[in-house]
Amino acid sequence: MLGYLIRRIFAAVPVMGVVALFVFLLLRLTPGDPAAILAGDNATPERLERIRESLGLNEPLIVQFITWVNKLLHGDLGTSLISNLPVIKMIGQRVEPSISIALCTIILAVIVAVPLGVIAAWKHGTWIDRFVMGLSVLGFSVPVFVVGYILIEVFAIELRWVPVQGFKSISAGFGPFFERIILPTCALSFIYIALIARMTRAAMLDVLGEDYVRTARAKGINEVAVMMRHALRNAAVPVITVIGTGFALLISGVVVTESVFNIPGIGRLTVDAVLARDYPVIQAMILLTSLIYVVVNLLIDVAYTLLDPRIRY
Amino acid sequence: MTNQAMTNPVLDISNLVVSVGKKPGGNKIIDGISIQVRERETLCLVGESGSGKSVTSLTTMGLLPKGTLVPTSGSVKLVGEELLTATDRRLRQLRATQMAMIFQEPMTALNPVVPVGRQIDEVLRAHTKLDARARRKRILDMMEQVHLPQVERIFASYPHRLSGGQRQRIMIAMALVLEPKLLIADEPTTALDVTTQKQILSLIRELQRDHGTAVLFITHDMGVVAEIADRVAVMRQGRLVETGPLEAVLRNPTMEYTRNLLASVPSLVPRPPREESREPVVLEANDLSKIYKERAFFGKGREVVAADKVTLTLRKGRTLGIVGESGSGKSTVARCIVRLIDPTSGGVRLAGREIADISRRLLQPHRQKIQIVFQDPYRSLNPRVTVGESIAEGPINYGTSHADAMKRARELLELVGLPADAVSRYPHQFSGGQRQRIAIARALALDPDVLVADEAVSALDVSVQAQVLELLDEIQKRLGIAILFITHDLRVAAQICDEVVVMQHGRVVEQGPAAEVLTHPKEAYTKALLDAAPGRDWDFANFRPVAEGVGATA
Repeated sequence: MLGYLIRRIFAAVPVMGVVALFVFLLLRLTPGDPAAILAGDNATPERLERIRESLGLNEPLIVQFITWVNKLLHGDLGTSLISNLPVIKMIGQRVEPSISIALCTIILAVIVAVPLGVIAAWKHGTWIDRFVMGLSVLGFSVPVFVVGYILIEVFAIELRWVPVQGFKSISAGFGPFFERIILPTCALSFIYIALIARMTRAAMLDVLGEDYVRTARAKGINEVAVMMRHALRNAAVPVITVIGTGFALLISGVVVTESVFNIPGIGRLTVDAVLARDYPVIQAMILLTSLIYVVVNLLIDVAYTLLDPRIRY
Repeated sequence: MTNQAMTNPVLDISNLVVSVGKKPGGNKIIDGISIQVRERETLCLVGESGSGKSVTSLTTMGLLPKGTLVPTSGSVKLVGEELLTATDRRLRQLRATQMAMIFQEPMTALNPVVPVGRQIDEVLRAHTKLDARARRKRILDMMEQVHLPQVERIFASYPHRLSGGQRQRIMIAMALVLEPKLLIADEPTTALDVTTQKQILSLIRELQRDHGTAVLFITHDMGVVAEIADRVAVMRQGRLVETGPLEAVLRNPTMEYTRNLLASVPSLVPRPPREESREPVVLEANDLSKIYKERAFFGKGREVVAADKVTLTLRKGRTLGIVGESGSGKSTVARCIVRLIDPTSGGVRLAGREIADISRRLLQPHRQKIQIVFQDPYRSLNPRVTVGESIAEGPINYGTSHADAMKRARELLELVGLPADAVSRYPHQFSGGQRQRIAIARALALDPDVLVADEAVSALDVSVQAQVLELLDEIQKRLGIAILFITHDLRVAAQICDEVVVMQHGRVVEQGPAAEVLTHPKEAYTKALLDAAPGRDWDFANFRPVAEGVGATA
């Protein structure tokens, strides 16, 4: 197991290397002078020269790359062209809201969706099954901003149970954190509930036809134990895959939700950076997103080996 | 014996009807069968596929798929208690405590993600109030009773770590740990090798003797019946054809169907040898080896020798059998010869041309000289392609026009005993036996010199099996084709092969004329294989024990 982990972490290094190279070349291979791109339309010649120097653009490409990677490894992701703040600091400020929302969403989605999927499969073909599948179609088809605005209208404006928007760090106390995060979490979890419930149902239906489920019933144990102990554990691998990739998507792609609820997360940071052509921030975000995917995939694979003793690498 | 015969039946099924769906007009899968099983008695329920024997057992256990199959009349009584009207809760209580079941596929019947000890433990936790210590002791004790080695280690093992035989022992331990009155065994040895089968059969008998269990044993294999049954019930299409004590049914079957069924069982006594052939050799394998390498990141990879220096020759118009248990390498050899997989070393000469190491492109013209028929006719034909197109595809690939190829397909279908107009139908419209005939027609479409039959009759019922074997024999006589016949079934080998090669662990153990090897084996392994063949003492087709037959002709 440990050997496998070490091997997998080493295997991630070339992946990240390729991503880094791509990010590096992104700026250098765009037509025109990178310094001019970075400086924007109204730059003075002095400013251009300063940027050229700071990027080492007068050096050969390979030297530039090595210097850049070296800086990366020391946590230096460059400086934002707009705010002049170090990029690492900007991201650091934005990470907590995004991760909080992603975690809360995925937890809520799993808690709701897995039982729904199990029940739908167990009552396969009945009205319960059709009801759950109907809900899931609804979850897929309603856009997240619609759900978001409805939730705000009902719970924040009409009922006044929670604030309309914003984000409070968990360090400010659980109450304020919770009342601000509950609506975006609900809005965002809709589609994930639909996805995970569907996946769980399909995986369960596959497994329920297996011989060992019949064996379990022949032992005279109750249906709950048959479902949970024998069926669900065997159905878990595809479900975990969906949960994992869903989580990775959530961290990097919650732009709409962050806009609707006015949350200062990394999704909005990315969008703002793209609109302002803030290249250092864009580069950092690409690197960060890739890293998240690599880590999540690693965790998924580790989860496989824990769930299914037959899977050995 | 007389004393036991007087006891009340443990299982009493009378006039049971099971239909498709809840409506009264539904198709009857079981149509009014009545059987009884008493204490210490083994009743063998015999029949071909679709006869309803498994449905009977699942009805008893209350495990029929809900809503699709429904018992509509009759009664099933377990020690006097009616099961058909029992609540789900009551049925759950009875399962494992009063009645237990073991299944055909030990590979899939155990949950792959739970250690086997815990799977047995579940039975005890559901039905007893024993504490963890007492449960563990009882389980280890039961595992010893089913003769598992190193019970402590196996207790904590996952199913995939165990062999097929060991898994079936676990299933038996799980079924018998609470000493149920009735054990239902649904083809429990069908998926096992003969030597393992022999051990499991004697284990079931031993445990039955110790615990006084009544056993309802479901099988399609007459050999197994002869080994284990006290009484036999023959089923066909949901009805009971005949029932009686073992000897009576095997010696004097009263019904035509039973007679035919017994007559279809291939004899273990090889057919009279054909005279030695002087025809040219069409296929040769020389020191053929296949080694699978497992690559490892750190350290050395593992090597698995699937075939080790196998040498064989096959002449025109003859049949060579490769026999062996699972994992013996017989299929690997066949696949190397056909070049579906590439041999690691050694040579294959097909009609005088070396083909073991030529490139796939150069191999193409030679492919048509050797064709293969696979085990499972339900999966080897493309379900979305008509039978005619499947057969014509090969010749078309080699340049025949579509019209000519279809004409040939019609002729071939008639050759294998199917109507010519079957060309426009799809595989699902045919039975297993018919599909295997189609697969044979497809192989013959290219006029091969060699036909490789990889367990080609193993998935078929005996009566159908007999027909397909006859067909192969007839085709060989008419076309002079050479057949390489891979099988695990010594009875089949005895009836179709001129020569046999016995394989074990990738090596050839013994080879020679079938009549010689299968009657006077020289090697211990061949002897063990023959000895383990179920029902070897019975000459089913002649309704007498083999010994009597020898006496009669002498």
